Amino acid sequence: MSGGDARPPSKPPAIGPEQVAHVARLARLELSDDELTRFTGQLAAALAYAAEIGELEVGDLEPMAHPLPLQNVLRDDEPEPTLDRDTVLAEAPAAEDHRFRVPRILGDEP
Amino acid sequence: MTDTGLAQGWEMVIGLEVHCELATRTKLFCGCPNAFGDEPNTNVCPVCLGLPGSLPVLNRHAVELAMRIGTALHCEIRPSTFHRKNYFYPDMPKDFQISQYDAPINTGGRLELPDGSTVGIERAHLEEDTGKTTHIGGTGRIGGADYALVDYNRAGVPLVEIVSAPDVRSAAQARAYAGELRSILIATGASDGRMEEGSMRVDANVSVRRHGEPLGTRCEIKNLNSMRSLLRAITFEADRQVAQLESGERIVQETRHWDEGEGRTLSMRSKEEANDYRYFPEPDLVALVPDSRWQADVAASLGPLPAARRAILVGLLGGEPSPAQIDQIRSVVASDLDAIVTSACELGAPPALALARTANEVAANADRAASLDAGSFAKLLALESGGELSATQAKEVLAGLLANGGDPAEIAKTLGFESMRADDLAAVVAGVIDAHPGEWEKFADGDPKVAGFLTGQVMKASGGKANGKAVAAELARLRSGAGT
Repeated sequence: MSGGDARPPSKPPAIGPEQVAHVARLARLELSDDELTRFTGQLAAALAYAAEIGELEVGDLEPMAHPLPLQNVLRDDEPEPTLDRDTVLAEAPAAEDHRFRVPRILGDEP
Repeated sequence: MTDTGLAQGWEMVIGLEVHCELATRTKLFCGCPNAFGDEPNTNVCPVCLGLPGSLPVLNRHAVELAMRIGTALHCEIRPSTFHRKNYFYPDMPKDFQISQYDAPINTGGRLELPDGSTVGIERAHLEEDTGKTTHIGGTGRIGGADYALVDYNRAGVPLVEIVSAPDVRSAAQARAYAGELRSILIATGASDGRMEEGSMRVDANVSVRRHGEPLGTRCEIKNLNSMRSLLRAITFEADRQVAQLESGERIVQETRHWDEGEGRTLSMRSKEEANDYRYFPEPDLVALVPDSRWQADVAASLGPLPAARRAILVGLLGGEPSPAQIDQIRSVVASDLDAIVTSACELGAPPALALARTANEVAANADRAASLDAGSFAKLLALESGGELSATQAKEVLAGLLANGGDPAEIAKTLGFESMRADDLAAVVAGVIDAHPGEWEKFADGDPKVAGFLTGQVMKASGGKANGKAVAAELARLRSGAGT
């Protein structure tokens, strides 16, 4: 660990089976107990690897939002062609009344 | 503002979140048309359908409209970034919504209300709207439906979400805030502000506390589709919370749905983890950094804001406006019709009459207002104020003018509104006096209360053609004659 760094290098975030189960629920994934144990180990290893970047000396650098040296990439407010509706709906598993048909929704709108 | 309506000793604390759809031609990240009411799924492309390999590109005009809103609300316009807000709900085909999270474009402003109070603005950020889901079958409620149908025309339409500080202290002030904000959105050209079409949507965070105590637990109320709903829902919700706390229960932080038909808020029983949106930076979009020159250009493009425009109308009236005129001034500015009043007055129309006709008859036919010729409108007002047309006749001529344009005098002639000749009026007045000798005697004795009755009878007998001022003059003439 370097001395003069304003931001200390981040430690590998601890991740346990509860967090993995929570993230799996958010992603609508059903995990068996075996999978939960296995993925917890794998995710912890991946996070530890990613945390190695924290060892770099970055005290003098501004945080960056994007790796590309670009900002203000904008387009004019001009309409462009849209897709053909029948073609689009034909790609969906189910359609009705010119709309996408989806299973009933449990819970609330965000 | 006082906390009207709430039980003694309690205070409401309200923060408002307003989503407004920006008046762009195209969506926020793609060139699909931004249009309300088009055939379902006709305004879609690979970007807004989230098809693999498609990339979003930010709409410059949407950014400018967001900056106009920020400027009008005295916000600081800052370098900003976009994040993905992840959730599973079919209203976004990507399974995330692109929004601004920790670096919004506008922060820290304020909105001054017509009553002089000020509400802080925490942020006003850019994000994309979601598609429209319709729940089919079952109970019609979300969870009880058999299935849902989705139209993605609205998915990706640009929104600005304006978040107020918890500075609002009554339902009436919340309504005034929403009304003033709506006027500003329209005046800046940022949005059409149509609540009934969902162009402007309001959510209210409501809590209550005893005076001087720390903030209470808040509930978020959704589905406020009109100013009336906003007023009723906040009043109901604050009363509900006070009743709950007074009976010793606690308030649970939750989202509640306003049921307009039943006049109450209902818990949406959302799951705790539903709010875990796992925001992360949108890798497909680079930072948005409006420089000072761009900001200055946007500021220079803004016309006068509603408060200044109301002041112009007050100045035209000269003197203190009546409460009815204050309402008329607010409504014509809010509907963006004040230029009609000012240009008619420049052509010599009497300001009070120009304001009243604009606030009532023109506003009632607002779709045609743009076609109203200022010269013709001023001419009509001159005919009415000069007594050549009665108020009733003037309104009919104005309706014709709004519908088809033309010359007001010609329209009046076509409608048979020749101004009543003095002899004809005298005959009608004489007939009314004959028919109501008792009332005439009272009037002749100086009882002012029957004057309105007699005038009304004359108007009726003339089929609305008589001019009120001429009738009053004729009655007065006859009375002075009767006295001698």
